Amino acid sequence: MSARELLTFRNTYFSISVGLAAGLFVLTAIAGFVLLPRLQPELRYADLWDAICGAVGLPRQNVSSGEIPKPSHRLTEAVLTSTTLARPTQESIGRGATLAQRCAICHGPTGISRADSPNLAGQYAAVIYKELLDFRSGARTNAVMSPFAENVSDQDIKDLAAYYAYLPRLPAFHPAEQHPKPRVVIYGAPCGSCHGSLDNKAGSPWLEGQSEAYLKAQLRAFASGQRTNDISQQMRNIARAMTPQEIDDAAAYYASQPPEVVKTTD
Amino acid sequence: MLVNRKLILAHFWLAFVVFGLALCLGAWQMFVRSPLYTWISNPEWYYRSLTAHGTVMGYVFPTLVAMGFGYAITESSLQQRLVGVRWAWTGFGLIVLGAIMAMVPVALGRASVLYTFYPPLIGSAFYYIGVVLVVVGSWIWVALMSINLRVWRRAHRGEPVPLAMFANVAGSYLWAWTAVGAALELLLQIIPVALGLKTTIDAGLARVFFSWTLHAIVYFWLIPSYIAYYVIVPRAIGGRLYSDTMARISFILFLVVAMPIGIHHTFADPQVGAGFKFIHSTFTALVALPTLLTVFTICASAEIAARLRGGRGALGWIRALPWQNPIMLAVAFSFVMLGFGGAGGLINMSYQLDATIHNTQWITGHFHLIFGGAIVIMYFAIAYDLWPHLTGRALPNLALVRTQLWLWFIGMIVTTFPWHWVGILGMPRRMAYYDYSNPAIAPEALSVSLSVVGALIVLASGLLFLFILAQSHAQPATDSGTYRFSVAIHPVRSVPLALNSFAIWVALMVGLTVTNYGYPILALATRHDTSVPAVYVGAQ
Repeated sequence: MSARELLTFRNTYFSISVGLAAGLFVLTAIAGFVLLPRLQPELRYADLWDAICGAVGLPRQNVSSGEIPKPSHRLTEAVLTSTTLARPTQESIGRGATLAQRCAICHGPTGISRADSPNLAGQYAAVIYKELLDFRSGARTNAVMSPFAENVSDQDIKDLAAYYAYLPRLPAFHPAEQHPKPRVVIYGAPCGSCHGSLDNKAGSPWLEGQSEAYLKAQLRAFASGQRTNDISQQMRNIARAMTPQEIDDAAAYYASQPPEVVKTTD
Repeated sequence: MLVNRKLILAHFWLAFVVFGLALCLGAWQMFVRSPLYTWISNPEWYYRSLTAHGTVMGYVFPTLVAMGFGYAITESSLQQRLVGVRWAWTGFGLIVLGAIMAMVPVALGRASVLYTFYPPLIGSAFYYIGVVLVVVGSWIWVALMSINLRVWRRAHRGEPVPLAMFANVAGSYLWAWTAVGAALELLLQIIPVALGLKTTIDAGLARVFFSWTLHAIVYFWLIPSYIAYYVIVPRAIGGRLYSDTMARISFILFLVVAMPIGIHHTFADPQVGAGFKFIHSTFTALVALPTLLTVFTICASAEIAARLRGGRGALGWIRALPWQNPIMLAVAFSFVMLGFGGAGGLINMSYQLDATIHNTQWITGHFHLIFGGAIVIMYFAIAYDLWPHLTGRALPNLALVRTQLWLWFIGMIVTTFPWHWVGILGMPRRMAYYDYSNPAIAPEALSVSLSVVGALIVLASGLLFLFILAQSHAQPATDSGTYRFSVAIHPVRSVPLALNSFAIWVALMVGLTVTNYGYPILALATRHDTSVPAVYVGAQ
């Protein structure tokens, strides 16, 4: 038998193996695309063609779950990637510096707060950007901050983010004595895997040297569901699982840390 | 006839040295995520180690073993010098270069993406390019296997290709085609993002491409072990191969049905239709066939050996087997682990049953039992069998060899059985840390600790293996004779062309890939709304 005769249906090896493979494919295809969808009435296919389209993987409206419930509060609309606002222009930083005059009353002229507001000097640009967007849209609210954010433009937000990210990180105004790491910071879901000491996930701020009162208030707000602008409930899920003691420990720990350990983004 | 011994030894030694290093990392990982250790405080260290362990054990180690064994088979079964020795060294060089290029960024923490890449995670481009070089190096081997067979055929028209070479070439073709999936994923999707040319990636499509590679790669790892079952074991235990035809059919079945089944790795992925998952699930069931054929044939071959040694009775012959022979011991251990691992595999391939253990520690337990257990113990057997012929020196101490195999078997069972169990309890995989003081996780603590004990036994056995191989180089030179493979009980005079060539089977392999993967890949590739932003690892 020559090689040419090998690949013809006259060759029994060829005809049997191709026949078996094709037969099995057709059988499994009929079962997978026609029979099995029929056996699952909860999928509510309109007709055979609809069932086949569903089984091959074409996206379709999920009819079984009915109306999608609307949330009772506004959710964040910020879209972030790890390169959001990377490498801003000098002009943008300069404009941000001018705009930041308005923020200095609470956040300090050098971005270091004396009023238990967050320190912004050297904060990740994506964080400033996201929080300002959320204050403007109402996804996050604060009696003092919300009115400031009401009328800022998209460009203003980007410039402010660029400016504060550009400022050098300084020790907090009244740094407390450094505490050892409490158990929850290490073992919980380790805070540092998002908040900068181990890794930074886009939109998560670094926390070192922030006001203890502020950190505590935010953790409590996440735990109670009063603050809801975290993406996919990430922070609410963490904070809900923390005891009041753990919240106090974590806040006191981060307030006592110098910001040098924080990773930078490029 | 083993002429290029240095080439073969270089492949084996590099394989086993990187295997030893990755084994240390594996044992360390088992330890630090167990209740026996507080925890390393930084999950990144764990993932860095895991990436190195997986990359070495998945890509570098088995590929080098298959290549080295392939060259040995070519020369000894075809009785001709290897054609293209320079190319073979080039392939080896590419693997060395690729492995170093991949491992440096991993060691620096700039590519902790795990060996399965997990897009949209993106690490350093050097890591991916290194992996591509390893694959390209192995493709040179694939080409050489094909060319050497062609050269032999020209001189031996119409003669049956020796079984060892037939299986070896089948394995190389399987690898050539299955590596295409990961290559497409790397070249079209991941590397452009890693180089900064794009910032988004179609993670769903990338996962489908990877599933193309991910299952058949296991059969590529497995084929050297199956070759050893058929062509080393019967000879080493003093018997005959029960059926040469059955062996050929097994390897052909692997070639044809190992490929169109990978979507069972994406049962939980929403981007693949349920119909295709069902098709792949059914085809996966077929892969049990060549394994069952093999277990039957090898048991029958062992029975021949036992009866030749005076064994009697329906099962009494088992006692007459040469249990002092390391190869006998290895194949018995391998079969036991293959039996348990294969039974677990039937659960993984069932669309519904898989839902109970998907992405749990059951899966890691499963592939360590199959690959680390059943397959790697046969790699040891291959090395022990070949070593005297490669070094010209006898193995110094067979008792030590037996101890090493026993330790590996016991260690693997003690490691993987509790590992499966915690998976059933719901322990997720790919986590750096578990809080065992949590009442929901506390029942898993004892099993995980047992696994650590197993891992340490496995580590001790792996290091003993390296010691035995190294020690044999210092033995006095002896003549080990010609390296031979098993002879079938019925002399193989002529084989039907279909069982002596690959055209039908390669065509079927490609054809089934098109039917089973064509639509899912095309549908995802032509959609424009499936890309997500890349998540850069170690970019800070």
